[in-house]
Amino acid sequence: MVAPDTGAGGVFDLLWLVIALPLLGAFLLLGVAPFLQGSLKASADRHGHLVGTAAAAASFVLSLVLFIALLGRGAEERQIGQHLWTWFETGTISVGMDLLYDQLAALFLLLITGVGSLIHVYAIGYMEHDVRRRRFFGYLNLFVAAMLTLILSANFVGLFLGWEGVGLASYLLIGFWQHKPSAAAAAKKAFVINRVGDIGLSLAIALLFATYGTTDFAGVSEHAADASQDTLTALGLLLLLGACGKSAQVPLQAWLLDAMEGPTPVSALIHAATMVTAGVYLVVRSNFIFELAPIAQTAVVVVATVTLLWGAVLGCAKDDIKKALAGSTMSQIGYMMLAAGLGPVGYPFAIFHLLTHGFFKANMFLGAGSVMHGMDDDVDMRHYGGLNKAMPVTFLTFAMGYLAIIGFPGFSGFWSKDRIIESALADNLLVGVLAMLGAGITAFYMTRLMLMTFFTEKRWAKDVHPHESPKVMTIPLMVLAALSVLGGVLLAGDWIVTWLEPVTGHAEHYEPPLPALVITLLITAVVAVGVATAWFLVGKRDVPREAPREVSFATRAARADLYGDAINDAVVVRPGASLVGGLTTFDRVGVDGAVEGGSSAVGGISTTMRRLQNGFVRSYALSVLAGALLVVLALLAVNLA
Amino acid sequence: MTEFTKPSVEYFELWPLLVVFGVACLGVVVEAFAPRAARYVSQVVLALAGLVAAMVGVVLIARDVTTYDDGAARGILAVGGTIAVDGPSLFIWGLVLALAIGGVLLFAERHLDGGSSAFAGQASAVPGTDAETAALAARREHTEVYPLLMFAVFGMMLFPAANDLLTMFVGLEVLSLPLYLLCGLARRRRLLSQEAALKYFLLGAFSSGFFLYGAALIYGYAGSMDFALINEAVRNDVGNSSLLLIGTGLLSVGLLFKVGAVPFQAWTPDVYQGAPTPVTAFMAAGTKVAAFGALMRLFYVALGADRWSWQPMLWIIAVLSMFVGAVLAITQNDIKRLLAYSSVAHTGFILTGVLGLQASDQLAIGEITSIQAVLFYLTTYGFATLGAFAVVSLVRDAGGETTAIDRWAGLGKESPVVAAVFAFFLLAMAGIPLTSGFVGKLAVFSVALAAGAWPVVVAAVIASIIAAFLYIKVIKVMYFDEPVGDGPTVAYPSVLTATTIAVGAAVTLVLGVLPGPVLDLAAAAGEFIR
Repeated sequence: MVAPDTGAGGVFDLLWLVIALPLLGAFLLLGVAPFLQGSLKASADRHGHLVGTAAAAASFVLSLVLFIALLGRGAEERQIGQHLWTWFETGTISVGMDLLYDQLAALFLLLITGVGSLIHVYAIGYMEHDVRRRRFFGYLNLFVAAMLTLILSANFVGLFLGWEGVGLASYLLIGFWQHKPSAAAAAKKAFVINRVGDIGLSLAIALLFATYGTTDFAGVSEHAADASQDTLTALGLLLLLGACGKSAQVPLQAWLLDAMEGPTPVSALIHAATMVTAGVYLVVRSNFIFELAPIAQTAVVVVATVTLLWGAVLGCAKDDIKKALAGSTMSQIGYMMLAAGLGPVGYPFAIFHLLTHGFFKANMFLGAGSVMHGMDDDVDMRHYGGLNKAMPVTFLTFAMGYLAIIGFPGFSGFWSKDRIIESALADNLLVGVLAMLGAGITAFYMTRLMLMTFFTEKRWAKDVHPHESPKVMTIPLMVLAALSVLGGVLLAGDWIVTWLEPVTGHAEHYEPPLPALVITLLITAVVAVGVATAWFLVGKRDVPREAPREVSFATRAARADLYGDAINDAVVVRPGASLVGGLTTFDRVGVDGAVEGGSSAVGGISTTMRRLQNGFVRSYALSVLAGALLVVLALLAVNLA
Repeated sequence: MTEFTKPSVEYFELWPLLVVFGVACLGVVVEAFAPRAARYVSQVVLALAGLVAAMVGVVLIARDVTTYDDGAARGILAVGGTIAVDGPSLFIWGLVLALAIGGVLLFAERHLDGGSSAFAGQASAVPGTDAETAALAARREHTEVYPLLMFAVFGMMLFPAANDLLTMFVGLEVLSLPLYLLCGLARRRRLLSQEAALKYFLLGAFSSGFFLYGAALIYGYAGSMDFALINEAVRNDVGNSSLLLIGTGLLSVGLLFKVGAVPFQAWTPDVYQGAPTPVTAFMAAGTKVAAFGALMRLFYVALGADRWSWQPMLWIIAVLSMFVGAVLAITQNDIKRLLAYSSVAHTGFILTGVLGLQASDQLAIGEITSIQAVLFYLTTYGFATLGAFAVVSLVRDAGGETTAIDRWAGLGKESPVVAAVFAFFLLAMAGIPLTSGFVGKLAVFSVALAAGAWPVVVAAVIASIIAAFLYIKVIKVMYFDEPVGDGPTVAYPSVLTATTIAVGAAVTLVLGVLPGPVLDLAAAAGEFIR
């Protein structure tokens, strides 16, 4: 139940500033700086990144202050609303620019602005030699502002505004290195697949309007139960479709691996820590709908389970360090989705894993960036090896992230994943076992990545001299490494569960099929097996510099992204293309040929043209006649039927 | 034989119509008597003054328009019931006049093409002959375009206000004939332009024939041309209903042709491409507004009682228009043709709003009506289109405007402002939140949904996503592609075009962020009077 208190006053009146600060940064960097002249312009290009970083950092400080203020209020008073202005209002439909700051939003704010600021700092070093650095920071600020809008909106329309905004920023940033055709293609692919997901979200919003007459979280959560079961199921499934697009869940997963064409800070911020988890946020935020739509909830669990295995398998076969990490992101988001599909039991753990994943995955992506920085932007792990000596800081911080993701006891990932698998086991044995299997595969591919990069013998190219990255890059790594180790503290005394309970609802007590300790031991054993397997298959053998060609079918399938693109091609792209082709041909040959004809007429071939021209008008007229028949027949058919 | 009574003419309420018509006639006189050197200035000033005066009239009438016949609608029936001056009419008049002012400003632009306007020096000279060269050398220009535009505006105002079939037909012709001429007057690529004009004329005449035949059949059915009497006949279910159905179908052909709905869209790309860009801008925006006003009046007032038989037909046309427009736009390589196909898709979206008609007793108090949604959508579409075509006229190379999309590569780098403004218009057409297009789409989709047309809405959402792809494709070309070596440059416009673009962009932004006042205005327009 969402019932925000709009008269909180005090520091909460500054809520809008959290969004406005990065937006101002983006405006200064993208809207003002290009129009400066002479030395001012040069100075803007030289120092623009500081403006961007300061904007993100200021937003973080404000989020922290707000969070402390929220802690100071009673559990019942922690939903703060702020009405900015009425966006549009027509009789029954009214959409406001309203913000909602509650326990859930508070955690997201800290993650987005906190990790976001660290990544801004890191990018100062990473993008140092890029002539378009100012623009890059402008896009990053734009992204942060859009992401904060998504999280802070108090209704689905505002959420959609942020949703489109992060999509646009993601598109601009994936394609940032536009001189690479692969980057432009990846940006386009991400955009198109995301639009498919957006169909789901826009239809859901239209359906919400039609059903409840409002899209405010408060209004919808109050009247959620008034709708029919079919409507609720449809709403749930449509929201899930939206979530699948943004969070790269099967079947809309294909864009995420390609999105790694963007600069590494982008991969860390957008495609690991924040934007791709928006789907999880959407499901958790819409808990009032999913609670009433068991079919949609089951669909969430199925999608999540398939994705967590799918992503893990991809992670095993990739030699590109960023793509291996991207597969892993997909898989970890699968875990979050799985938890979100379990209902109130799972919601807090979905968010908990989302936070810890934000820490350790951002850490590892930035670490991978640091490695690439030292290896002349080579991303092929087969060309790495033995980097632990050359890059000690990167190695140590990366290792913390590694231990966290595989769930090494005591590290943050251990706590979060453990609880998800435990609640999954209690819900459905098969799903729980598959999730456990996923943990084993995770251990395997992450160990493989670790070994190929930092251990085994050196396989460097001749003129590469790995070196540690500058302080401006390693300090964010250290902070994130510390968070990866200590993130589990959020679960101390079930703090996060209690904290989120007013938003996500009270969980019934559940009985796992085995004692909790046994489950934990089992998971740890499975993880140990994964690690050992990787050690024997990768660590003990020589790693060839070229990827072997004679490999099993399974490896080939995994290398080809489990044929995700092929499936997309066969099911969507090719029929779509032939439809467009067919229509175009019909248009050109059947009625339209004048495109080329018309322009060549300018050249003076008027005699030929005149003859052609008559034909065309005649065929246009024919199509009008056919249309008239269609209209009259449609009218008659309706009436006679 | 009834005795002929002279109809009363309500001069105050018809003031905007009369001013526009009078100024158009006056323009012809100026053309005949004023010396050549003085014509440009006097025609432009005259046209602008006439449009502004008419606009003032619209505001004054709207302020004290009275309730009609104790119903929900406000307004009066003028000239013996042939012209309805009601809320929707006044809204459309205001919108058409605003767009026409933008049109005049674009027509008057002489800065872009080395001191001459976009129109042919001497239209009667055969392209490529000495006569043409001589006309160009003498810097002749056709100032008749301003009276022509004013006649077209008069037609655009009469068309949606017509309250019987004959007046509607007169409005249709008065609006169309000047446009046929204007289309053929391009200074550059004259053959393409003349070809477009001829095609538009032939097909327009063809579709007018359908309209007239339909009017005759309806007369045969109802025994009257008057909308109120036709409505009466439909309600009482008199006589031969197949006359009514076929008549309805043929009337729709004439109107759907004007709005460019599939399968009557074939002319749009050719004409939009061939016509001089200022004409395209004015025509694309104005004609659609006027024709949708007429379409709604015909279907709602005269045939409202029969809506169960025409709504399914509009479902089909709407879905076809959205998909054919969006899909074919993807493969276009000329920006004007792309915008033409996109306008076909927009026709589909607006039709989605038109078919959201519900009886007034089925509406909740204050619920958005289909008229309100369509009027709002037309406003957003009109200004975005006018602005987008105005931007197209700025991007030029030695041969005039550069409309091939691949030549626009890298425009974002070379002219960031122009590229950004154009990208903004495209985002508005795509319906991205915080632009006018988003609110417009939301409005038409929700009225259609409320009327139970959910299959159309699902199709519309999918089509709008296909369409979004093509707009983003253009943005990608402008921002992500490397500039071509001898690419086009952006000509600096005079204050005329710059104003039009700025106003278009401002309206698009304001209607996206704070659409309330205009939505309220459209709501205040209320119902058609019957």
